[in-house]
Amino acid sequence: MRIELVKRPERSALFAALSPFLALALTLIAGAIMFSVLGKDPVEALYYYFIDPLREVWSLHELAVKAAPLILIAVGLSICYLSNNWNIGAEGQFIVGAIVGSIFPVMFPDFQSWVVLPLMLLMGIAGGAAYGAIPAYLKVRFNTNEILTSLMLVYVAQLFLDWMVRGPWRNPAGMNFPETRTFSAAATLPEIWSASGRANWGFVFAIVAAVAVWFMLSRTLRGFEVQVLGQSPRAGKFAGFSSSKMVFFAFLLSGGLAGLAGISEVSGAIGQLRPTISPGYGFAAIIVAFLGRLNPLGIVAAGLVLALSYLGGEAAQISIGVSDKVVRAFQGMLLFFVLACDTLILYRIRFVGSSAAKTVEVTQNV
Amino acid sequence: MDTTPLANGPNLLEVRGLTKIFGTLKACNQVDLTIAKGEIHALLGENGAGKSTLVKMLFGSLEPNAGEILWNGQQVRITSPGVAKKFGIGMVFQHFSLFEALTAAENIALSLADDTPIATIAAKARALSYSYGLPLDPESLVGDLSVGERQRIEIIRCLLQTPELIILDEPTSVLTPQEADKLFETLERLRSEGKSILYISHRLDEVRRLCDRATIMRHGKVVGHCDPRQETPASLARMMVGSDVKNAERTTAATRGEELLSICGMSRKPAGPFSTPLKNIWLSVAGGEVIGIAGVAGNGQGELFEAISGEALQDSADAIRIRGKSAGRMGISARRLLGAAFVPEERLGHGAAPRMRLSDNLLLSRHSTDGKAFVGTAGMVKSGAIQKAAQRIIEVMDVRKSAPDPEAAALSGGNLQKFIIGRELDRNPSVMVVNQPTWGVDAGAAARIRQALIELARKGSAVLVISQDLDELFEISDSIAVMHNGELSKPIPIADATLERIGLLMGGAEPGHLDHSKEVA
Repeated sequence: MRIELVKRPERSALFAALSPFLALALTLIAGAIMFSVLGKDPVEALYYYFIDPLREVWSLHELAVKAAPLILIAVGLSICYLSNNWNIGAEGQFIVGAIVGSIFPVMFPDFQSWVVLPLMLLMGIAGGAAYGAIPAYLKVRFNTNEILTSLMLVYVAQLFLDWMVRGPWRNPAGMNFPETRTFSAAATLPEIWSASGRANWGFVFAIVAAVAVWFMLSRTLRGFEVQVLGQSPRAGKFAGFSSSKMVFFAFLLSGGLAGLAGISEVSGAIGQLRPTISPGYGFAAIIVAFLGRLNPLGIVAAGLVLALSYLGGEAAQISIGVSDKVVRAFQGMLLFFVLACDTLILYRIRFVGSSAAKTVEVTQNV
Repeated sequence: MDTTPLANGPNLLEVRGLTKIFGTLKACNQVDLTIAKGEIHALLGENGAGKSTLVKMLFGSLEPNAGEILWNGQQVRITSPGVAKKFGIGMVFQHFSLFEALTAAENIALSLADDTPIATIAAKARALSYSYGLPLDPESLVGDLSVGERQRIEIIRCLLQTPELIILDEPTSVLTPQEADKLFETLERLRSEGKSILYISHRLDEVRRLCDRATIMRHGKVVGHCDPRQETPASLARMMVGSDVKNAERTTAATRGEELLSICGMSRKPAGPFSTPLKNIWLSVAGGEVIGIAGVAGNGQGELFEAISGEALQDSADAIRIRGKSAGRMGISARRLLGAAFVPEERLGHGAAPRMRLSDNLLLSRHSTDGKAFVGTAGMVKSGAIQKAAQRIIEVMDVRKSAPDPEAAALSGGNLQKFIIGRELDRNPSVMVVNQPTWGVDAGAAARIRQALIELARKGSAVLVISQDLDELFEISDSIAVMHNGELSKPIPIADATLERIGLLMGGAEPGHLDHSKEVA
């Protein structure tokens, strides 16, 4: 017997909606197998991983803290991917946004006023956008592959941050720890509802960004332009849209949102710059973008799912003693299954009996 | 139904009840076909009639759902092109599968899948090509060859495998009349050697001239077998379409109106290694007239279209004038705002985005010209108004579709082309530029499109039609210019244009014909 993929005449709306859930289910099954191979009870492990973190209010706040950067970055990436610009460097744009946004609290700690925080956020956006403009310029001017340039710039940003916090920006009163001074209250992103947990305004930014970008994509000419240029560049050119302007638009927007995520994370959740400020949000957001079907509203849900995988990883590490690298394994499996299930939108599976193949052999020998 | 072969001996190929189903569509429905040894058998039908599906099943690229294939009287299953080749079935595709950066011999070697040295293949190919009157230099780069020469490579490649049955899919659609004559001689010679040929075409004249028998398909079914030499083109067309096909009615042109589109000494460097440069092109199209541009594919027509549409800009603003305004440095949207409309050759991926709905595809070319009607404040798209307009176009052009607002790719070629033409006509453009208006479009839709272009001109617009279909150009044009190797001849008024004269220009004859730039200027 042989398995064939048969192209559907039109894309299947059913599987377009079903595919992320199918992928989630397959990830859970594969995860259960992985846990039993590790010698853990799969049901218990999955419980600690995916259910336990949802049982307490403070833990839900943590979920929002983790989901905010994922959603912000993924919403920007959805514009990139829909317009066929493969920005893999959101992690770097996140870091540069965080560095540029931290200029005031680190270099001018005495400047304390209500304007500091809005300025920091704007500078974070500008920093991320400027860093995103580099691969955009290289692509438009020299036709370089943006996957490579944006990815390599991540490592540049990571090492630059590392140097900054060990060198020029190290806290003079920090006993030589590689970190900047802690931000003052004026430079700290407030918590939404501090009585019950840590969730900060970053989550609100994420929701606002998701709704705004969803509106732009589905209702405006600019959103139409994004989709036309992404789906068929030649038709986009025929429509009079400029693909080089779109490259800049997509990279500046996604870089800006990643930068906003970066400064929000530093100012809200961490309170200072350290050598590592992200557990790979910029890369996990790629999974979020695809799991959310590149739809900003779907991305909100997908961001919560991925945030849960981070929390679950921590919980499972504590309660059943598995490595926190399991998080990466889960995220990888999830992306793998999402992309695999997407095949079903355009194709259906057909099983072909083996009798057909045998007849050929016979007739060929005749 | 007459299925007895003309030639003696058993049938080489017999097909019984062959059926192929895609989803709910029966692309081939109970098809019967017999091909005798040593005959040229025509397969006639409109686009979408199921010819390609049938041929793909015979060549092993598709597997039938039902029915049987008999080869030399034995029942066989052809599960892949490799199996088809082993049986002795060769195919020359309509769209060539050649690597432009490799030589002819290297291209042939790639398909032979054994370790014969290239030199041996080149020698064999050269010998074969001369013996069949298809001269070919195996050492030449495919990128440097004309379309006709590329087709020779495909034919030689097929012949090297000594097939019993050769399938040719629309072989003359890219050839000049003279090149086509050469091909016919080769095919007749192959027939005299006892080879069988399945000849797919919708050009009725050549089928009547060349073929011994014809099988006619419509909507996936065989609707008749006949001896094409006993039929008239009109009777064959009736069988293909199922009803009489009307030629577009051409009233004589009104007095030449104001000049609406002019191209003044435009040149364009080649955009890539395999594209054609444009050399000093002069042309003027006035209101009320249809000017046709003939030419063999790949002689710069696509480049000319992009230059006129503004997808490629000119160096000088005066190189193109639309309604008297210098437009050479304007982009496509600005040129549309001057009153021009454009329909490119490729429907899917150029004229329309395949995965977008028809209403979105309306916005594609109309968002700037109809900005007020379709786009509101803050760039918000008015989907209600767009859908109404799309509906209007669908009704006017009789676009047939399966859903209220389907994706462009879900429409048949003819219906999508009617929509794309209708999308531009709906604006009442004063200049209309169309590249290959009816390429791959069924006869009924083609007639409708041609009629619409003539009517637009008679209402006072300037219409420029680039086409490889000479019959079409003779049917609708007031004058015909010929494009060859990036140069454009002077337009010949339809009264003075003969098939022979145009054909010679298409082949690059009359080298002196280009020295007219000064008198036009």
